[in-house]
Amino acid sequence: MNVTLNGHSRSLEEDATVVDAVRLLDPEFSPKGVAVALNGEVVARSQWNDRRLHEDDRIEVLRAVGGG
Amino acid sequence: MGDPLVIADHVFSSRLIIGTGGAPSLGSLEEAVAASGAEMATVALRRVDPSARGSILGVLERTGCKILPNTAGCFTAKDAVTTAGLARQALGTDWIKLEVIGDDKTLLPDPVGLLDAAETLIDDGFIVLAYTNDDPILARRLESLGCAAVMPLGSPIGSGMGIRNPYNIRLITEAARVPIILDAGIGTASDAALAMELGCDAVLVASAITRAERPAVMAEAIRKGVEGGRAAWGAGRIPRRLYAEPSSTFEGLPDLE
Repeated sequence: MNVTLNGHSRSLEEDATVVDAVRLLDPEFSPKGVAVALNGEVVARSQWNDRRLHEDDRIEVLRAVGGG
Repeated sequence: MGDPLVIADHVFSSRLIIGTGGAPSLGSLEEAVAASGAEMATVALRRVDPSARGSILGVLERTGCKILPNTAGCFTAKDAVTTAGLARQALGTDWIKLEVIGDDKTLLPDPVGLLDAAETLIDDGFIVLAYTNDDPILARRLESLGCAAVMPLGSPIGSGMGIRNPYNIRLITEAARVPIILDAGIGTASDAALAMELGCDAVLVASAITRAERPAVMAEAIRKGVEGGRAAWGAGRIPRRLYAEPSSTFEGLPDLE
């Protein structure tokens, strides 16, 4: 399955969930300080393991950076 | 603690809030945050970069700053509301500095989108600190919606132009029943002092500190500007007059002709 992960086209297993996408981006990720939007909607951390992804999903994985 | 700043029941002894954008390094930022004495700092949310070293969160933990996420870069109410939701997930806070930007050249707020997003977020339990134009009526509308603080700009973000309409800022502070935080436009310590002399409850400063040649020195200077301005506000300044008012009495003047 092809998805768009932080603006880049990536390939994931057919049964992949949100947490697989986060791991693909950063294998050593720590959930502290990270948030996920799936097709523009917030996915609560408690749902990362169960929320299945679909073809052409847009996943944004964000963290805090310096900003005014 | 004398003269505390209270925002949504949270008590701060410092009236300087620091924005963490624009710093050349996390080390430089940490020195500046420490020198500023700030107890709250803004952060933005951006895509995870696995190659990035260090974390802004580490800096704020070590300096003991409360985290105030922003919605910088959002051009619609919907984007801002989603970003606030992401900040709540990532950082475990309901506090949000709400920005809905109308134009990428001026970065001026979009007042219609701002009111819309503020209402949605307040209904959802967020503590909203709203970045707004220096418009007294809009400030009143944001207060009426339930914003915890209203943050009028002095001049465009990062412009260093200071306070371009001090009369409007005065009208806003005079009418407000929630804290007014001057946000955007501060270039140096005197701008921060002026904001406080106009009755603002606090100032938020990012670029003026982080992009100064010596950020930690500027952070301390602006901290002192805020303290001086606040004290002057409370002291009751003399009125402005067109003509002189002698401080030495004319009584008892000798005739020296």
